[in-house]
Amino acid sequence: MTNLLTSTQNMPAYSDTSSLAIKISVRGLNFYYGSQQALFDNNLDIASQRVTAIIGPSGCGKSTHLRVYNRIYELYRDQRATGAVLLDGANILEPQYDIMELRRKIGMIFQKPTPFPMSVFDNVAYGLKLHYSLKKSEMADRVEESLSRAALWDEVKDIMHRPGTALSGGQQQRLCIARALAVEPEVLLMDEPTSAIDPIATAKIEELIHSLKESYTIVIVTHNMQQAARVSDFTAFFFQGRVIEFGETQTIFTKPSRKKTEEYITGRFG
Amino acid sequence: MKLRPATGRRLANLAVTLWAGACALTGIFILFWILYVVLSRGLGALNPAFFTQLPTPPGVSGGGLVNAMAGTLALTGGATLMAVPMGLMAGVYLAEFSDDSRVGDYSRFSTNVLMGMPSIIVGVFAYTLVVVPLGRFCGYAGALALAILMLPVITRTTEDMLRLVPNTLRESALALGAPRWKVTLAIVFRAAKSGLITGILLAVARVSGETAPLLFTALNSPYWFRSLGEPTPNLTVTIFNYAMSPYPDWQQMAWGASLLITFGVLIITILARFLLREKNDDR
Repeated sequence: MTNLLTSTQNMPAYSDTSSLAIKISVRGLNFYYGSQQALFDNNLDIASQRVTAIIGPSGCGKSTHLRVYNRIYELYRDQRATGAVLLDGANILEPQYDIMELRRKIGMIFQKPTPFPMSVFDNVAYGLKLHYSLKKSEMADRVEESLSRAALWDEVKDIMHRPGTALSGGQQQRLCIARALAVEPEVLLMDEPTSAIDPIATAKIEELIHSLKESYTIVIVTHNMQQAARVSDFTAFFFQGRVIEFGETQTIFTKPSRKKTEEYITGRFG
Repeated sequence: MKLRPATGRRLANLAVTLWAGACALTGIFILFWILYVVLSRGLGALNPAFFTQLPTPPGVSGGGLVNAMAGTLALTGGATLMAVPMGLMAGVYLAEFSDDSRVGDYSRFSTNVLMGMPSIIVGVFAYTLVVVPLGRFCGYAGALALAILMLPVITRTTEDMLRLVPNTLRESALALGAPRWKVTLAIVFRAAKSGLITGILLAVARVSGETAPLLFTALNSPYWFRSLGEPTPNLTVTIFNYAMSPYPDWQQMAWGASLLITFGVLIITILARFLLREKNDDR
């Protein structure tokens, strides 16, 4: 059992990520909103086909960190990142990295469900049409398959033509997951995916995360520590823009090695 | 400490309420007064001939304004065709791509200035630009003048409506790998659809009653409307000419045309309101 991270300055107290394949390696990542720095020298390894949770108090930079992985922050002109985020060894922060291909490989689920103003079918087909040229029947098959993988097919198979916005909150979020799965990504980023939906729908989505990790690498940001403990294999604890501790979820929650981590998970702040 | 008696405050409150209410009522009253007058005077002009025949010389009874109706529709339609693509795209630039850059600020400011531009000046501008070089009055010049008046209305409403679309929707489309222009045209436009149509309808309503910009451009004509390449008959200049004429039957025609324009604009405005309300219900 070797530690995957070799020495970098300001190393957080990484525990072991065992001998898993690493999908994403973050090295020396800094992030700025205008002149204000929000992330400081983040280093993190995301294991392939596992669920990695990012936890920490509000404003600690966990969403900011996640939003670097698919460069979605580039929508805003004053935001920038420095350092390296290696996806299968290639630095996605290099300007020449094809952003459409990056976003096909790395799907994202947001805090609030964001169905497009179109039918359930078209919502799922939208991404497919962007990246693949498919015959009508193939398209229908792929849409059905994606909805099934997102555990939504049975609920929507008779209302495929209805607007996506007419579904319930939990269904909308699973629709967004189906939409992300349709383009066959390798990684799924989830930014507090259950914070806007009710407990029963949350349970369904957590189950779904569990079944999805067989085929996908999942990174989930959550402010809910029980959720992190339930769904993730690895957990990173962020505080004030820094990765304070990273390791197996069980270790982080039972014997954290950093004082700050222990204070947070025992509810002393945050 | 002695409490102030409540009577004074109650009276002041009552006075302000009454004053505000009276002002509001006056505005509404004037609108209904205009509608009533136009309706009562104009209704007499409406008959099958009014909608099917050409105008007659003064003293000759009968006749109608069908040519002016067709001309007004063509002028407004032509103006809409010119102004909508440009206004939508300008609004897209301001809302989606300008990033509050200096060019964006200047365009937004110019748009606001254009919005307050007196329509007669726009008419003179179109006159210099089209009528003078061509050497004749024509409908295209009129449509151009109307288009210039529509442009800022469409641009600003488009920008406002697109800015109402939450960024999370843009992000989720971009996150699927969609290029920015597709996100704008396929997702953001669709989300703002009824707002955009409302903006266009309001712009149409705004110009369909305009007279001044047509005086030097489309002019008017007593003949059948054939093309925008020649002086074009239209309702508003007809109202202007007929209302000022000394002939009672022409004046009657002017009332009829006023009725048509007023209710046309009213219907378009109500339609726009209705669309916007429907959109807000969606949320």
